[in-house]
Amino acid sequence: MALVLNEEQRLLKDTAKDFLSANMPVEALRKLRDSADETGYSREQWQQMCELGWASIVLPEEYDGLDFGFMGLGAIIEESGRTLAASPLLSTVVLGASAVLLGGSDAQKQAILPKVASGEITLALALEEGHHHAPLNTALRAEANGEGYRLNGAKSFVPDGHSADKLIVVARSSAAPGDAEGLSLFLVDGDTPGLQRQRRNMVDSRGAAALVFDNVELPADALIGELGKAWPILEPVLDRGRICLAAEMLGGALECFERTVQYLKERDQFGVKIGSFQALQHRASLMYIELELAKSVMFDALTAIDDNRADLPQLASLAKARMNDVFELVTNEAVQMHGGIGVTDELEIGFFLKRSRVASQLLGNAGFHRDRYASLCGY
Amino acid sequence: MADLDQFRLEVRQWLEDNCPASQRLPITREEQVWAGRNKQFPSADAKLWFERMRDKGWTVPEWPSELGGGGLDERQAKILKEEMKALGCRTPLFDLGIWMLGPAVLEFGNDEQKQEHIPKIARGEVRWCQGYSEPGAGSDLASLQTRAEDMGDHFLVNGSKIWTTNADKADWIFCLVRTDPDAKKQEGISFLLIDMDDPGVSTTLIELISGESEFCQTFFDNVKVPKKNLVGELNKGWSVAKALLKHERKLMSEIGGDTPGPSFGPVQAALEYVGKGADGKLKDAALRDQLVRHEMAYRAIGLTHFRTFEERMSGQADSNVPLIMKYVGTEEGKRKEELLLALLGHQALGWDGEGFNEDEKLTTRGWLFSKALSIAGGTSEVQLNIIAKRVLGLPQQ
Repeated sequence: MALVLNEEQRLLKDTAKDFLSANMPVEALRKLRDSADETGYSREQWQQMCELGWASIVLPEEYDGLDFGFMGLGAIIEESGRTLAASPLLSTVVLGASAVLLGGSDAQKQAILPKVASGEITLALALEEGHHHAPLNTALRAEANGEGYRLNGAKSFVPDGHSADKLIVVARSSAAPGDAEGLSLFLVDGDTPGLQRQRRNMVDSRGAAALVFDNVELPADALIGELGKAWPILEPVLDRGRICLAAEMLGGALECFERTVQYLKERDQFGVKIGSFQALQHRASLMYIELELAKSVMFDALTAIDDNRADLPQLASLAKARMNDVFELVTNEAVQMHGGIGVTDELEIGFFLKRSRVASQLLGNAGFHRDRYASLCGY
Repeated sequence: MADLDQFRLEVRQWLEDNCPASQRLPITREEQVWAGRNKQFPSADAKLWFERMRDKGWTVPEWPSELGGGGLDERQAKILKEEMKALGCRTPLFDLGIWMLGPAVLEFGNDEQKQEHIPKIARGEVRWCQGYSEPGAGSDLASLQTRAEDMGDHFLVNGSKIWTTNADKADWIFCLVRTDPDAKKQEGISFLLIDMDDPGVSTTLIELISGESEFCQTFFDNVKVPKKNLVGELNKGWSVAKALLKHERKLMSEIGGDTPGPSFGPVQAALEYVGKGADGKLKDAALRDQLVRHEMAYRAIGLTHFRTFEERMSGQADSNVPLIMKYVGTEEGKRKEELLLALLGHQALGWDGEGFNEDEKLTTRGWLFSKALSIAGGTSEVQLNIIAKRVLGLPQQ
């Protein structure tokens, strides 16, 4: 059974729903924003999420993980999308831990993963350098320096990059930007000398940073995997990230859609409920259709990670491209169908609109993924 | 699961032993075997394949074996379908009786009707057509006017039905008729089976934009229909019709399948008619984007078919999801035809004669024919109304 949740996964989803709606409703994100919170999420709540096992869910048992699979994690992340819960789950567990797990040495895994599982440390993937997602265009330089390495360059947009205890930095040790060859991954402590981290205030009120690497000196054991051979590790890490981010987007889109349908049933104009207008009914039905198709894609994409399937890259691009389009459609329609109140800060719909666009750009816009899907299919 | 694996192996073996090689090639419209009193077989192999499948009950795998079916459960039937697809086995028999009337008779018919009609459908002895729409009742089906008057021992039928697909070749027609003209719209309708050979039944062809004439109009002029041909209760035909529409929606949402068309799909057509550049990408970037959007949509639709099946199997069925499939299947089906047309360029613009090969002409005709997909069986707009009302619970005016 790949396209439905099993009993355990459903239970996990229900637990997540209960916890998130009780502790981290959209109102919590508003508070983080209004208090100009330094971290961008609540460390206390992140600790609670870790205690619920969310940081360990996909990790192997040997590193204190639960080995429960991405189908389960995806269900949790989908629920977190419904309340726009701010947490370092994607950065730390999906992107960061996957990079260590798929590329790291035994020593690195032992040093990092149990601490991720317990919530002791958070991670972030420092990748983007330009205006759009383009992992192969990495230019940040890594040079050999005695026994170790030296990093020079900049990262423009690193989600949770200002608060993460350790960064996983994508650097170029050889070849030119655009090449898959010559990419390397380094594990860098957040307080390493020469590393400057600048918090960026993003439209979605989530935490992100710009980083500058000025002669950052690293020991030999900071390298993850082989020098210049990071692409075969990085690509599946990114695909996991894309799929899990898409799961979050599905949750956000579903919530936004349900709130909008509810509003169509409540709002009176011209002496009737506005939901009785066919002009709105058809548009609502079309959103429902898009969301149902998206659910099927999400299930298969999460299964593709768990089953280590060869078509994982296709599924990741299918899922991310579709969720980008659907989340954009649903948030735009939600604002329009709410009318005047839809453009007020008081209504929470605006938070979904803002998150949708950040999530769209993260790890590849729809055009990036359609282009990639076409290339993967040989045309 | 082990039983199903075993079943799969047996099915595969049987198909390999019994399906002639010629019946594993892609099928053209001319090669389809349609049910009927005067069945035509395009070849001896097609006849042999039909007879073997018929004797096995696999023309209608899920129907009861005592009525000529295969007696398979849903999982087994799915395995049979998958194995036939894997080997490329052709559908051995085509008939509206299989897809639509049979399931309705099995659900609503009495024992006598089942014994009378089901085995004949299973054996392909009778070809059925459908009489629902009327010139004045299309999307608003319930306003139909064809009258069936109770004359004591029979009904007297007067009126006409339109879009009676292949009525000129059919032996029987299943019809929605008005039996109580005074009742509210849906309530005075009954479901009647009529022999096309009965005096007073006549049919004319309607030529379509695709040049084909498989759609007809059928006229009933004082046709006497025996009482035993009423399926379900008198004036309760609407519930039979709704169940049947569900089958029709499902049928129309199953994209691809046996619909005759060109031998190539969009990707193949793109490689052949547009070609790739040195960078390995299709030369026309806009067409490439159109192609990949379609391919990605088809994959999502395919996964949704699979999900609804799995949900049913695991008892978590969301009965709402099938409601979207008619809409997405036919709308994306139309986009596929537009895409093929664009990919073939000038070569998809020929009507007949020299300069265009068979596949190219099929592309042109298929594109024109596809326009009917989102109209027949409930228009796309009606599907969206249904979703708004039944799934989303939006208020009605």
